[in-house]
Amino acid sequence: MSRDSIGKVLTVAFLLCVICSILVSAAAVGLRSRQEQNKLVEKKKNILQAAGQYDASLSVDEQFNKIQSRIVDLQTGEFSGDFVVSTFDSRAAARDSESGYAIPAVLDLAAIKVRSRYMDVYLVMVDDKLQQLILPVHGKGLWSTMYGFISLANDFSTVIGFAFYEHGETPGLGGEIDNPAWKKQWAGKRIYDEAGNLRIEVLKGAVNKDSAGAVYQADGLAGATLTARGVGNLLRYWLGDDGYKPFLVKLKKEGVNP
Amino acid sequence: MSQAKDVLLNPLFEKNPIGLQILGICSALAVTSKLETVIVMSLAVTFVIACSNFSVSLIRQQIPGSIRIIVQITIIATLVIIVDQFLKAYAFSVSKQLSVFVGLIITNCIVLGRAEAFAMKNPPGLSFLDGIGNGLGYSLVLLLVAFFRELLGAGKLLGVTILPTVSDGGWYQPNGLMLLPPSAFFIIGLLIWALRTWKTDQVEMEN
Repeated sequence: MSRDSIGKVLTVAFLLCVICSILVSAAAVGLRSRQEQNKLVEKKKNILQAAGQYDASLSVDEQFNKIQSRIVDLQTGEFSGDFVVSTFDSRAAARDSESGYAIPAVLDLAAIKVRSRYMDVYLVMVDDKLQQLILPVHGKGLWSTMYGFISLANDFSTVIGFAFYEHGETPGLGGEIDNPAWKKQWAGKRIYDEAGNLRIEVLKGAVNKDSAGAVYQADGLAGATLTARGVGNLLRYWLGDDGYKPFLVKLKKEGVNP
Repeated sequence: MSQAKDVLLNPLFEKNPIGLQILGICSALAVTSKLETVIVMSLAVTFVIACSNFSVSLIRQQIPGSIRIIVQITIIATLVIIVDQFLKAYAFSVSKQLSVFVGLIITNCIVLGRAEAFAMKNPPGLSFLDGIGNGLGYSLVLLLVAFFRELLGAGKLLGVTILPTVSDGGWYQPNGLMLLPPSAFFIIGLLIWALRTWKTDQVEMEN
């Protein structure tokens, strides 16, 4: 059979496809469990970092033991038992027609258009008492959707930690939301005032430490006005009435039922 | 023996795939803001070129001329997917930073270029060495670019602070441009200038 006959072409193409697909599927199937393990560990690590509890020298799973995961129905503010927490994916749920929620344009400060009706939240428990609450948040920056976790103390207003784990902002400008110095300023900021009004904001420029509202204000980022504005907006959305606020109010009143 | 040595070492300076042929620039811009990612990317590309050269050369007598590019690309794509799967399993944090650029090794012209220009005409052993050589040539340029970008852009090398930056209380005002892709263009341009000043036979004739 000559090298360029139709029979030869088809044989070579067929054999090549069979061999290559076997190799690719073997790699994909053989490594899948390890890859999913990695993704889970990465998420837990991000949560621990937001909570300020991450210690690189200890295993992530061990440190995560004291954290409880729950699913919350944002509309009612109640815990929902309809999902398996370990496999729940709020990004997939947002795209689902049943669990997705189209945010009315006037309320959509975070510019994300849709979100899941249910969100996974994380409770740091010490001796069966809630110490910290970690909430996933996301919203548009300048170029990208920024995904992060914010950790609140058990007064449900004081920030313990706030960090993004995924974004595509400009390195050196908007990317400075990853700068440890900038992230550190969030600790101790308050989201709500005594009357329960949403007060947190990100300024353009630095906060005047002597002003009365300084505890509700965070420094902006030089050269990244729009990214910083996005951070402020997404906090105001997620911690506002259309976000976690009904849940937080309920939790404050009723506590965590075991 | 000297042929093997030439095949292995020529791509470093004499026939550098980036320096002389200006191939593979896309990933050279995208992944070079940190040394760590570059090391992993270089290993991945070197592995893919060497293995694709070897496999293509192994079946070069059988490949019909009419579908040879398709055959080469299928082999390359298979290798790249395998590499990507392994990185996701064993080097998760780096694979996250490299994101799509591991997958885009498929479109790296150096890989297809070597398969078509070298592996189709030479025996497997020599093709394998040629792949390693070209991988090293690519790696050398990427490492140089990343060295300057990470040092001048972030004051660090491999994540270790070398020049303490102003924002961390040091004295070094980092050059933010170095963290953006265009700076890789400037550095590659300067490297090619330096290379062609040293090896004047690489200078192209003016039309």
